[in-house]
Amino acid sequence: MGVFAFAALDKALNKAVDKALNDEARTQSKVGGNVSQADLSIHGQVSRTGATETMTEPTFSVSAKKMAMWLFIIADSATFAGCLVAYGFIRNATPDWPRPFHSITNVAIMTLILLTSSLTMLLGVRSADEGDKAKAFRFTMITAVLGILFAVLHIREWMGMIGEGATLFHNPWGTPLFSSLFFSITGLHLLHVTGGVIALIAVGLKYQVGRYNADDLEVTGLYWHFVDLVWMFVVPLVYLLNLAH
Amino acid sequence: MTTAAETKHSTGMGRDLIVYICLLALAGIQFFIAYQNISTSQMFLRMLSVAVVEAGLALLFFMHLSENRGLKWFVLIFTVAVVLGMQYGWSDSFRLVDGVPWAR
Repeated sequence: MGVFAFAALDKALNKAVDKALNDEARTQSKVGGNVSQADLSIHGQVSRTGATETMTEPTFSVSAKKMAMWLFIIADSATFAGCLVAYGFIRNATPDWPRPFHSITNVAIMTLILLTSSLTMLLGVRSADEGDKAKAFRFTMITAVLGILFAVLHIREWMGMIGEGATLFHNPWGTPLFSSLFFSITGLHLLHVTGGVIALIAVGLKYQVGRYNADDLEVTGLYWHFVDLVWMFVVPLVYLLNLAH
Repeated sequence: MTTAAETKHSTGMGRDLIVYICLLALAGIQFFIAYQNISTSQMFLRMLSVAVVEAGLALLFFMHLSENRGLKWFVLIFTVAVVLGMQYGWSDSFRLVDGVPWAR
């Protein structure tokens, strides 16, 4: 008897859920938007506890796009942490580790540029939140230009080291492991910067023509801040610890 | 998509500038430490501590984690757990150089 009552209740609830979803879809389509099942699930799930409470908040009250970016950032930080821990392990286990850097001017300028680009990204996102499209676009493009400048300085530094005979498999100052690790870690970071610059330009342009909104700009900004955050660890471990005294 | 409960960045630009200046100052401290006449392990520890503070500031204020408590703990617990999990091999790196006592 109880089983039948439960089955009937379940059927009634499922019907109510379907009706609520269909109503939502109809309402959305009336205002001109295309609503998929995925969009509805992003909005929240229909509560089975009461008829008046229909929708619940998504996970951590953040949009699906932002949540996806955070998950990517967590995974990517594990990648960088793996590289840096491997670097630390090898550096610690290698006697006579070379200290080839004589000047920190270039890396200091690169750090300044990257930190400033984080600030301009923040200003861009803030402008987008306030609805100032032109200002948001301008700051996004300034951020991209600073990213390009960083990449140019980075490549210039690489070329200098390559000119002195350092390659991925050869190091004129001692163990070849130094060059392998240096180019691998800084190369991985440079790859992220390049990807970030492309993303900033693409999202900025599409934001300006109205295809993307402020949230898309903010998600791209999250990635850019992460690239900046990684650099805060790369500089002391890869550059400053290898400074010649 | 912006949810109703999602906090928008209501704080002013002043805080962003303060955090930016703090980050610049902390980066400067790292460069200062690099020129100190101390052992590599001491230098490593000091620089890493400063880098962790820098990363915390960037996460909390630039990436707005301070505005979302649930997400903050979610990100911190997973990231710290993974990073700490990677530290198991350090003793072996000492063994490669020193041999003893780790080799016994």
